[in-house]
Amino acid sequence: MDERMHRPLAALDDQLRRDDLTPEQRRSLERDLRGTVAQIQAIESGKGLYEYTDEPFFPNAVVPTVHLQTLDELLERDKQRERDGFPKKVILGKIASHGGKKAVIVPTVTEEKFYHDNRPKMPGQGGDEGGSGEGEEGEVIGESPIKEEQQGGGQGAGDQDGGESHELDDSRAFEIGKALTEKFNLPNIQQKGKKAALFRYTYELTDINRKFGQFLDKKRSLKNILKTNLLLGTFDPDDVTFDRVVVSPVDLVYRIVSPEKEYESQALVFFIRDYSGSMYGDPTEVVLSQHVLIYSWLLYQYQERVEKRFILHDTEAREVDNFVSYYRLNNGGGTNIASAYKLVNKIVETEDLAKDYNIYIFQGTDGDDWDSEGKEALPEIEKMLTYVNRMGITVVSRSPGSNNTYIEKYLDKSGLLKKAPHLIKMTALSETSRNQDDLIKSIRQLVE
Amino acid sequence: MELISAELKKTMEECKRIARDHGLRFSDETLEYVTTNEDMIKLSPKAMIPTLYDYWVHDVYVLQDKGKYDLYPHNPYETVVNTRPPLSFYNDNNPDWLNVMIFYHVIAHIDFFQNNVFFSKTWHDDFCGRALAHANVIKELRYEKGRWVDYVIEFARGMDNLVDYAGDLARPLETPSQTIAEAKFAYFFDEYLQEVLKVTTFRYIEELNRYNEFAARHDPEAARLLFLAYVDQKYVDFALKFERRNKNRQRRPGDIMEYVMMHSPKLNKPEHDWMKHIIQIVRETSLYFQPQIRTKILNEGWASYWHEKLFLADPRLRTHEIEFSKVNAGVVSLSRVGLNPYAVGLRLFKYLEAKADRGMLSYEFERIRDLEARRAYDARTGQGRQFIFDVRTYHSDATAINQFIDQDFVNEFNLFVVGKRINKTRTAWEYYIKSRKAEDYKKKMLDALYHPPHIIVDHEITQNTGTLYLIHAFEGKELVREYIANTMLGIEFLWGNKVILETHEIDSSSFEDMNREDLEKYFQEAEKVKLKWQKVRYTMQERKLSREVMGPAEGLPS
Repeated sequence: MDERMHRPLAALDDQLRRDDLTPEQRRSLERDLRGTVAQIQAIESGKGLYEYTDEPFFPNAVVPTVHLQTLDELLERDKQRERDGFPKKVILGKIASHGGKKAVIVPTVTEEKFYHDNRPKMPGQGGDEGGSGEGEEGEVIGESPIKEEQQGGGQGAGDQDGGESHELDDSRAFEIGKALTEKFNLPNIQQKGKKAALFRYTYELTDINRKFGQFLDKKRSLKNILKTNLLLGTFDPDDVTFDRVVVSPVDLVYRIVSPEKEYESQALVFFIRDYSGSMYGDPTEVVLSQHVLIYSWLLYQYQERVEKRFILHDTEAREVDNFVSYYRLNNGGGTNIASAYKLVNKIVETEDLAKDYNIYIFQGTDGDDWDSEGKEALPEIEKMLTYVNRMGITVVSRSPGSNNTYIEKYLDKSGLLKKAPHLIKMTALSETSRNQDDLIKSIRQLVE
Repeated sequence: MELISAELKKTMEECKRIARDHGLRFSDETLEYVTTNEDMIKLSPKAMIPTLYDYWVHDVYVLQDKGKYDLYPHNPYETVVNTRPPLSFYNDNNPDWLNVMIFYHVIAHIDFFQNNVFFSKTWHDDFCGRALAHANVIKELRYEKGRWVDYVIEFARGMDNLVDYAGDLARPLETPSQTIAEAKFAYFFDEYLQEVLKVTTFRYIEELNRYNEFAARHDPEAARLLFLAYVDQKYVDFALKFERRNKNRQRRPGDIMEYVMMHSPKLNKPEHDWMKHIIQIVRETSLYFQPQIRTKILNEGWASYWHEKLFLADPRLRTHEIEFSKVNAGVVSLSRVGLNPYAVGLRLFKYLEAKADRGMLSYEFERIRDLEARRAYDARTGQGRQFIFDVRTYHSDATAINQFIDQDFVNEFNLFVVGKRINKTRTAWEYYIKSRKAEDYKKKMLDALYHPPHIIVDHEITQNTGTLYLIHAFEGKELVREYIANTMLGIEFLWGNKVILETHEIDSSSFEDMNREDLEKYFQEAEKVKLKWQKVRYTMQERKLSREVMGPAEGLPS
């Protein structure tokens, strides 16, 4: 298409791109555009209407400049919903995890509709699928351990851990923790006097110095040199030669060792989760959602200086070293809560953690315990209460608040909740609690 | 996002020519864009339609997808949009040779969009343009009504999976066949005089003669108008009767959204008219995407069939054979466990082509009872290519699976239904081959297809009580219970009055009554255990939901 014909179109297009048009103006411009196109089409008969250079015909066929709503805007919208008499919709801390490498927390919204429920009706029930390949009917074609339901599918080999962290993305968690504190009025922790901010110096090659130093920063130096030479006219970007380039000592940039003040974590939080058979499915989801929010809140409270340890237990307890494992592992089997308590006490003792950290323990359970009288568990709890800042127990059950699970019963009987109300709290959640407000209410009960 | 380079466009045009030579049919004009993964993430909540209306939930999806992308960067090769002209998006990470293969894939998608009859309602306009008009309407309304626009969008979207796609598809495009004057004229003589006034033959002829007088002096059109003016004067209720009869003749609403638009006392108030515009927009948008969901297997199979066939014969494949094999296998290989629409669809087309080539899709063949004779059968009809083109034109996933998945297909590709069970001694989930029967495999596939619940309005109860009365047809499936409250809340808002939903749910005592043996059986083969169902009624009134059990289900679904 030749330039001359293109000009009126370009002008129309410019007009259409303005955002201050009234709808009428826009419509009329679009009519003009269509007319012009038709005209050109008539002139250039024999050619197709659209050529690949005709982008201006489709001023709309570009990625919309999505004005993404910030978390603050979303939460403000949610508050407004409540004022308008509609339930809230944004869920803050949903965990997304793919392939088991990392987890991030993202805000989510569910668009509710009438859908058929295709989930298995009972925990542990396997869904059928299609498949292909050799084998007789009834033949087992594979298995995956119940112990550790790692990523399914056959992609295992070769996909080694590439040194990626299996962690939560702390910057997002921090943002969510901030929102929890500011928008949902979770309490601010009174900083304990006994542990002032700990820091230590490390020495790193991070400071920058001109003219001398331990380590030449080549990229930065080259940039400076080019800048200088451009000014001097001794370097022409269109005809690159280095014959006339001069190097001034001032342009050389070095890195030198400098002491860096590094803050040590102030808080240590143990997350304990029951991963026995009875926790499968919804209860686990609820506990995890709550723990992610608690972690986010602590992260904000301690300005990211939080360390975390993850304990899973059924009849035995084990520590896993990252959030993703904590999030993903499922197990079958029975339940012995004391095993987890013992492990926590052991860790605190052997690593001598109590003197350096504000220690928090949050536990998620369905309340089931083979140690139904708490004979083993209660002494361990008492030991914990000597060093924790707060221990929070969340019981997820079918009928929350009815106090009829073992752990609720023996804790009640022990009187610990009344004796040390500032150290240990318990809250109950329904196993179908997907509602953010319920979660936050329960967290408030645990941390206030 | 920008258009592909001129050189690549030339390649695309060449691919189009080759595809045409092989019988694919599609519009001349297409637009191709290079996009980054981030662009794709931004577009996907809008179903890749750049002009779709803005809605805050889309933004949340974008945030969510970005989070997922951080974890799990993925590289979708392409996306095609069924617009006029069709738009397609190519990942900027694609090497050029790969784009040639993807071009063939995309062209076959376009061919499918433009020829499969389930898309027939999308053939007549450009959705990109329509969406832009919609977006403008919504933008203007937002200016006036603020956040309430978003509430109405939300509530309308709460029903948009229930659109009457089948009814809409069956309805011919509504083009009026006569002018209003013609219609009135016909009504006067055919219905009004005879059925409303029940006049004598004498009177009838008298009126006819009066018209003939006009007709003698004027051309027919003018005569008709003059005559109607006379009728309006003489029969005072004629205009009213005509209007009422037209209203009654309007078709009945096909789905809840239409019903609410037509009958909601709240929406029929002039000040709420704008809400109807929004519901209409949401409904149209949903209808537009319905055929796509219902032809996923065939569409992907068709595209895979052609990219394989055409790219294998393309000289640009040279030196990239190994890379191609790898990419292609990633797209179309059958997985040991799981259903891959690309893979199954591709196999289905290949299978049907081979079968039709030998004339095996015929009555003669089906009549042969001897297995050996069936195996050896070859009538050399060479109808394969034609046959798969017909499948591409006339079938949806459901009809194709229903008609063509047979034991030969399942045997040929070694397909089976996978079961999952607990092996207690090894404390592991076991995956095992549960069945190799075509019947079971077919059922598995049909179950996996898109199938929204069928929910209708009981017009009589609704009319008599003012309560919108919804009935969910019982197919042995529950609704997702957690979603019922908010969905009904939205419907109540639009209806402006109480809303009731009748549905069926599993009686939770079904599980409590099970003994250990029953439970184990249920874990292994859930479908073989009879569950107790009950009829349940949900009521949403003044934003409060209540549930009442109406008793055991009457009659189980077959």
